[in-house]
Amino acid sequence: MGSRASTLLRDEELEEIKKETGFSHSQITCLYSRFTSLDKGENGTLSREDFQRIPELAINPLGDRIINAFFPEGEDQVNFRGFMRTLAHFRPIEDNEKSKDVNGPEPLNSRSNKLHFAFRLYDLDKDDKISRDELLQVLEKVDVEQKMSIQFLH
Amino acid sequence: MLRAALPLLGLPLAAAGAAEEPTQEPGSWGEPPPGLALFRWQWHEVEAPYLVALWILVASLAKIVFHLSRKVTSLVPESCLLILLGLVLGGIVLAVAKKAEYQLEPGTFFLFLLPPIVLDSGYFMPSRLFFDNLGAILTYAVVGTLWNAFTTGAALWGLQQAGLVAPRVQAGLLDFLLFGSLISAVDPVAVLAVFEEVHVNETLFIIVFGESLLNDAVTVVLYKVCNSFVEMGSANVQVTDYLKGVASLFVVSLGGAAVGLVFAFLLALTTRFTKRVRIIEPLLVFLLAYAAYLTAEMASLSAILAVTMCGLGCKKYVEANISHKSRTAVKYTMKTLASCAETVIFMLLGISAVDSSKWAWDSGLVLGTLFFILFFRALGVVLQTWMLNQFRLVPLDKIDQVVMSYGGLRGAVAFALVILLDRTKVPAKDYFVATTIVVVFFTVIVQGLTIKPLVKWLKVKRSEHHKPTLNQELHEHTFDHILAAVEDVVGHHGYHYWRDRWEQFDKKYLSQLLMRRSAYRIRDQIWDVYYRLNIRDAISFVDQGGHVLSSTGLTLPSMPSRNSVAETSVTNLLRESGSGACLDLQVIDTVRSGRDREDAVMHHLLCGGLYKPRRRYKASCSRHFISEDAQERQDKEIFQQNMKRRLESFKSTKHNICFTKNKPRTRKASRKKKDGVANAEATNGKPPRDLGFQDTAAVILTVESEEEEESDSSETEKEDDEGIIFVARATSEVLQEGKFSGSLEICPSPRIIPPSPTCAEKELPWKSGQGDLAVYVSSETTKIVPVDMQTGWNQSISSLESLASPPCTQAPTLTRLPPHPLGTEEPQAPLDLSSDPRPSFAFPPSLAKAGRSRSESSADISQQQELQPLMGHKNHTHLSPGTANSHWCIQFNRGGRL
Repeated sequence: MGSRASTLLRDEELEEIKKETGFSHSQITCLYSRFTSLDKGENGTLSREDFQRIPELAINPLGDRIINAFFPEGEDQVNFRGFMRTLAHFRPIEDNEKSKDVNGPEPLNSRSNKLHFAFRLYDLDKDDKISRDELLQVLEKVDVEQKMSIQFLH
Repeated sequence: MLRAALPLLGLPLAAAGAAEEPTQEPGSWGEPPPGLALFRWQWHEVEAPYLVALWILVASLAKIVFHLSRKVTSLVPESCLLILLGLVLGGIVLAVAKKAEYQLEPGTFFLFLLPPIVLDSGYFMPSRLFFDNLGAILTYAVVGTLWNAFTTGAALWGLQQAGLVAPRVQAGLLDFLLFGSLISAVDPVAVLAVFEEVHVNETLFIIVFGESLLNDAVTVVLYKVCNSFVEMGSANVQVTDYLKGVASLFVVSLGGAAVGLVFAFLLALTTRFTKRVRIIEPLLVFLLAYAAYLTAEMASLSAILAVTMCGLGCKKYVEANISHKSRTAVKYTMKTLASCAETVIFMLLGISAVDSSKWAWDSGLVLGTLFFILFFRALGVVLQTWMLNQFRLVPLDKIDQVVMSYGGLRGAVAFALVILLDRTKVPAKDYFVATTIVVVFFTVIVQGLTIKPLVKWLKVKRSEHHKPTLNQELHEHTFDHILAAVEDVVGHHGYHYWRDRWEQFDKKYLSQLLMRRSAYRIRDQIWDVYYRLNIRDAISFVDQGGHVLSSTGLTLPSMPSRNSVAETSVTNLLRESGSGACLDLQVIDTVRSGRDREDAVMHHLLCGGLYKPRRRYKASCSRHFISEDAQERQDKEIFQQNMKRRLESFKSTKHNICFTKNKPRTRKASRKKKDGVANAEATNGKPPRDLGFQDTAAVILTVESEEEEESDSSETEKEDDEGIIFVARATSEVLQEGKFSGSLEICPSPRIIPPSPTCAEKELPWKSGQGDLAVYVSSETTKIVPVDMQTGWNQSISSLESLASPPCTQAPTLTRLPPHPLGTEEPQAPLDLSSDPRPSFAFPPSLAKAGRSRSESSADISQQQELQPLMGHKNHTHLSPGTANSHWCIQFNRGGRL
């Protein structure tokens, strides 16, 4: 799979992704092979069903939300670029990145973008507001799953 | 920890008792037994335990004395003081008996003094933090300790080869390695004693402390391996022996951990079945943990690791299984034992140092060791941290590294190990003993003394002493899930993935197996967290004497902000109209007489109607059960209700905050409009938006009710209390009013106005006439009150009738409330009401609580603030803030809100 992945990924595309997301070359190829292995339809995009096939994700109480976070509004497919863009939010902030890019576009893993991303996970109806309802939904789900572990924290 | 320690079992303290006693209590028991049987000293029969008890007593008294002066203890760590005290005591003994009688016996230390400390630290270890940093901890514990041992040993050997150590120190490379292995381990007792007072941030603490606990396995292995090599003689050591040494590292550490986990499992399982014998629950915890320690020791595994894992592993299940009281008992006993053991250890360390017959001084060796342990510790930390930082999300910075290097304290473990050396096999033992004593003293005293200033000077991040709020905890879980999900997507099986796995496994199998059904059920509510949070708050509140009534003290975090908002937004009109009766709360509180106050307390108590004598307690005295007395029960009830109240206020606070963020302006506007304040802003505010807002409010209400019901159910599970239910009913009506005020928090709750009438009336009105209350039920009110409310109302009234007069007072209040402001809100009311039965609890608790703790005013204050909106507008409309009506309204609101 790995070799196929790297062949399918064009160099210029890889460069663009690298620039946009800040992932390293090896990370991108690694993620691309994961992407293609998830892509059962082999059409270069992932559908919701592809994600739902991941067994661990199916039992994650917030799995649906995470899956939704990968899809731009109104779309059912996500290509590798989009996939990487979403994942880029989870890249740790590095020191040297903070200083550079002051005038360029904000990197996806910046503090505010991370917060935005987290916010969108709560904001179900996408009205840019988290209603009490939405908050409770998240917390309730988590709570049900986590019932035993709250105590564990102490 | 050491098999060699076993033979030394016994009571070394007692071994040399006779000489010591004159210094303790001259003449009390030293006399020979008189000839007559009438009265006889039997000192020798009680000698051993007596001396042990005496030592502990002396140590405890010393502790008390130290803490008499805050200044001293804030500068000097207790461990230093204890060591110095030990030195003094040892000196006295030496002077009196001409020879040193006492010392820290390795047997006592490893079998009796060390286990409580380790159990305490394992049991109360913040597990999440521990596992989050497990990688770093393990690295420092294993690699760091090995590094320290070998470099220190080799460097000392080099020093000797260079001729800097006197030739009378007869030791080869192996001897030095042996010495290096025992001196290299960071000591958990010393670290704990010093770091607990320093309060560095949690990550730093857990890394240093975790290292000191986990390095035990490495120390044991190294020590044993080196020791046996030395005994075998370096010539006889085969290659296989080295391999065995490496293998034994795994056996000892993993074996120790496994023993600990097995006992943790047994412990959890046992406590599942103690429902009828609650009294032995704490005992079980201690026994099984101790058994784990002894078992590991017996199998010459790492006993420290065993007991740490036992404590760490069982805690969750044990805490869920045992009763609340047992939990407290376990906690206190554990802390007491640990602190006791620690005190004795440090004192004995001091005393042991006096015994000069056992040690021989060599400056080269001592100074060399001191230098090398500091140097290699620092070097090792820097190297390892550099390596770790390649992987850590949050790297450890330089300051952390300095503290970690400097915090590598050596202690009693090293001392006990060096005492255990066999002089015939290790000819340089006396030199090693002296060096170890110096090293221990240096690290504990010098480093212990200076680490606090150092931490301050370096501005190390201190730990903030607050427990995570519920919100924090919940969101933390959310993020755990999110991260685990992303790891799933990426296909990378990282930390979150495994934690997620573990939690699933735990939930599906372990918890089912190890937790009591009821515990499992109760636990699965966030309820439990609320419960504990609230109990803590309540306790601290009561501890403060209940007179610290500031709203912040008792109430939600949002309070202060709300106050300020209120200040600014109250209109002048309101101010003026209210001014007549507008008394400042504080003024009233301070001015009123004690008598009034008592009456008020009494009234509130009765008014709450909580404690009608409906229970009969059987007088029972049993050795096996502790019966709850009425007082306790009531306390509990109060706690729970108070918790409920908090739950509600907490929720509303949170929600409000959300709202605030989103559309504070709108709300303000809408609020004002409702208030009927002729305000330009309100008028040009958007009516449609107002509607929208109300809709949201309604939704929120229903959601909350769901949650509440959950909590209710669990509550009733715990104890079914009809009285409470009634309250709920009554309050539910109130609730809707309260709800609004709550959701409108931002709105201009006229802080000034509401308090004034409330305060005055709170105390006075009913005092003057309780009977009058009925009058207040105005026909007008009845009209307004929605049907649902009405029925609920009636019910509550009827239930109230069973109570004394106080309930009556409430009834009128409630009905009274709706009068004006409701105009806008009316339509919603029935809806909310039906969906939301729970608020009921809130009312009585607050009152009862207030009365109980004599802190009514505090509760009132907070409540009033909630009421504000209603109050304010009411005042405004009627311009009769001081009247009894308004007073009642306030009370009513208060109940509902909180």
